[in-house]
Amino acid sequence: MIKFLVYVAIILTIVAIGYLARVFELASKLKGTKPHEVSDKDNKFMSKVILTWLIVFFTFVIWNLKKFVPLMLPEAASEHGVEMDWLYNFNWAIIFFVFTITQALLFFFAYKYYGRKGNVATYFPHNNKIEMIWTVIPAIVLSVIIILGLKQWNKITAPASDDAIVIQLYAKQFDWTARYAGKDNQLGESNYKLITDVNALGMDSADSKGFDDIIVKNEIHIPLNKEISFKLNSRDVIHSAYFPHFRSQMNCVPGMTTVIHFKPIITTAQMREKPEVKRQMAGINARRAERGDKPAEFDYILLCNKICGNSHYNMQMTVVVDTEEDYKKWLASKKPFFDKSIEVASK
Amino acid sequence: MSMNNHDQHAQAHNLHEEHHDHEESFVSKYIFSMDHKTISRQFLITAVIMAFLAMMMSVLFRLQLAWPGEKFAIINFILGDKWGKDGILDPGMYMALVTIHGTIMVFMVLTGGLSGTFSNLLIPYQIGARDMASGFLNMLSYWFFFLSSVIMMAGFFVETGPASGGWTVYPPLSALPQAMDGSKLGMTLWLVSMSLFIISSLLGGLNYIVTVLNLRTKGMSMTRLPLTIWAFFITAILGVLSFPVLFSAALLLIFDRSFGTSFYLSDIYIGGQALEQTGGSPILYLHLFWFLGHPEVYIIILPALGLTSEIISVNARKPIFGYRAMIGSIIAIGFLSFIVWAHHMYITGMNPFLGSVFVFTTLLIAIPSAVKAFNYITTLWKGNIRFTPAMLFAIGLVSTFISGGLTGIILADSTLDIHVHDTYFVVAHFHIVMGVSAILGMLAGVYHWFPKLFLRHMNKKLGYIHFWGTFISAYGVFFPMHFLGLAGVPRRYYNNTAFPMFDNLVDINVLITIFAILGALSQVVFLFNFFYSMFRGPKSEQNPWGSNTLEWTTPMANTHGNWPGALPTVYRWPYDYSKPGKEKDFVPQTVPLVDGETDGGGH
Repeated sequence: MIKFLVYVAIILTIVAIGYLARVFELASKLKGTKPHEVSDKDNKFMSKVILTWLIVFFTFVIWNLKKFVPLMLPEAASEHGVEMDWLYNFNWAIIFFVFTITQALLFFFAYKYYGRKGNVATYFPHNNKIEMIWTVIPAIVLSVIIILGLKQWNKITAPASDDAIVIQLYAKQFDWTARYAGKDNQLGESNYKLITDVNALGMDSADSKGFDDIIVKNEIHIPLNKEISFKLNSRDVIHSAYFPHFRSQMNCVPGMTTVIHFKPIITTAQMREKPEVKRQMAGINARRAERGDKPAEFDYILLCNKICGNSHYNMQMTVVVDTEEDYKKWLASKKPFFDKSIEVASK
Repeated sequence: MSMNNHDQHAQAHNLHEEHHDHEESFVSKYIFSMDHKTISRQFLITAVIMAFLAMMMSVLFRLQLAWPGEKFAIINFILGDKWGKDGILDPGMYMALVTIHGTIMVFMVLTGGLSGTFSNLLIPYQIGARDMASGFLNMLSYWFFFLSSVIMMAGFFVETGPASGGWTVYPPLSALPQAMDGSKLGMTLWLVSMSLFIISSLLGGLNYIVTVLNLRTKGMSMTRLPLTIWAFFITAILGVLSFPVLFSAALLLIFDRSFGTSFYLSDIYIGGQALEQTGGSPILYLHLFWFLGHPEVYIIILPALGLTSEIISVNARKPIFGYRAMIGSIIAIGFLSFIVWAHHMYITGMNPFLGSVFVFTTLLIAIPSAVKAFNYITTLWKGNIRFTPAMLFAIGLVSTFISGGLTGIILADSTLDIHVHDTYFVVAHFHIVMGVSAILGMLAGVYHWFPKLFLRHMNKKLGYIHFWGTFISAYGVFFPMHFLGLAGVPRRYYNNTAFPMFDNLVDINVLITIFAILGALSQVVFLFNFFYSMFRGPKSEQNPWGSNTLEWTTPMANTHGNWPGALPTVYRWPYDYSKPGKEKDFVPQTVPLVDGETDGGGH
């Protein structure tokens, strides 16, 4: 029955548009104009529509900014993130300036110079001087953008310092596993051929560097104001480790190790107290209440940001930034992987 | 004896002529035609149908994104119980729809459809040639394209569904059938379809290049070519140089999938099993893919810009501003497009230093693009603008090209790209700058050259409704989408409510979907107008828009060979609109220069 109604609705719509077209054509025939020819009246009307559009367009842009900017991520929680946000704002200023001027000119000219019979357009085929100006000015502005961007890029991608805490992030369909390098701050060797149900990372029991390595799932803790150096690996397809709050991201590629590092500057507890975050969480929890879900608290998150299969949308892990004290306490409560597996084996 | 021979020859010639004029069979006239006009129509109609299918797919996954978990009868109606049980979209099918929507739009519609339609229609017409250099290769180009489109859609009719690893089909996801259903038979079909598409594109591209270089009529120097032809010409060169690289990428992927090689695979443990393959790298695929992938976006946008240049100039009744700068920009964009591909790979594990080189080249490409935008705006200044639907679409293209180009500055900057890479910001950016812009350019072309395609006019008022519906919903969909990306929402997520972080962004998704549906409805108006006008639209006169270019000097009939008599001779550039001292506000290219008159925009 529904299928039938759908068909009927489609057919009726087409018939309706058909009649509309016929009416337009007959009306123009009666008036003695050619239906495709654009009259002065059409031009004038369309120019007014364009002016209206220009106003509606800018209003829509401002409305979007007003409504959606408060929903954006809270202030950057990493050292380089703060500088990156500054760079964003710098670029946005340029972009909005150019956007406003060019769009306004485009639609304003279209409005102002609508065609009238008897009018003749100005023959203006080229002008080397203004063409030179609008080639050189973008070139200068872009150079500034390039220089500022690359300065930051070189800083972010420089090797991590030697005393950075080493953590391996190991991706597979569809979860994350973290391995802390332990007291020696060195990760033990691993090999994908050694992977078993128990030894999900394929750690090599012959390598003593790995004896103190700690494996963690679901939630990782990292200390405040300490540089964290992440070594990224994947066992199956490409994943991407995306830390939106820390403005950090890198792909995890099977067969190779990629690296990122950042220094967190705000703990989870501090972030939860920020008025901005409180306001956003109130909005989130209002939505959750509508759906009948439990209220949530703010947490940093690690997401997978490279299509990796059907459950890509839910491949995530909670990230907790602790004070150094709390971090040490948390880490002390975790046992190295091999100790645990020996315990299991001896049982 | 010799007399007799001559007679026989003449008789044979007559028979031949007669065959051409009257006895062409239905099959050779409409199906396996070698006439550039028919092939152009075939490309257009195929592309319109494919675009409609791809648009329907986008509406289905937009419903899921705005109202996850909600039941929609239409989803069950179209996808059945297997992929739309109770009206809820299956996550695997969501991925497949996203993938096939992207593939169809990028390749079938905006590469095959756009270049195939307008290069075929306009190259012979505007350079003054009787047909393409090789009509036979041209025919093959269409039929490979057709076959490729059919095989792409065939994915929906196999048990495991179509390819679903995203339109870029990165391995190992696309190489391992264990990784997802979409990497099984559907992926094989995708690769077969794409290989056929590449053949089609190469046959077409070589033909376009040869035709433009060799078959220009007397007087048609390269600097008297309309900008449309320059755009098609450079586009064809880009295609010929870059598509073979995609072919090699696809071939190696086929080897990895079916013959146990390890070009892209290394150290993989999947499905409870460690694979033998070692030593390959997915990064190799990324390089090969984007070596096509980036020129590809210019293969899409350049023809649209070419059409726009012509339409804006004709309807503003003004010469295009900075003709030579426009040619220079097209060439510069074409050249630079080959050395920017790795800006898609800043955070894929490529050496960061290499990344900085690509930041530089990528931002360079903004300069010729900016020049083009400024030139369009200046062309409107002090014009006498006639708002045909085509003109509105062309102005719309300039607007979206600027908006989308500007957000490209963020993505080109490797530092800023770290944060928004692979988020909805990217989706918003490329849809505006190449998706919407190219579609607007293509639609502008359809409205403007409909009289040359089908000898009739499309309905003007339905055209206006179509334009405003499309343009408003395009911004309505893609402007708010930037905010999703800046808030950190990754693309290709089936659902954004699996964890709390994005719960407060649901309003944005609802807004986007409402505009998407409005946009889709506007296309129904177009579809109707298109097919109705093809048969019932008012007949067109010979030069309805008062254009200078050569296609409007041919009679309004599907004459084989285009001009019944001798080929026209060209005396001037194509942009003498509103030239001082002339009687009319246009001077066709076939009008000789008078004494003391300079050509090419000189006063």
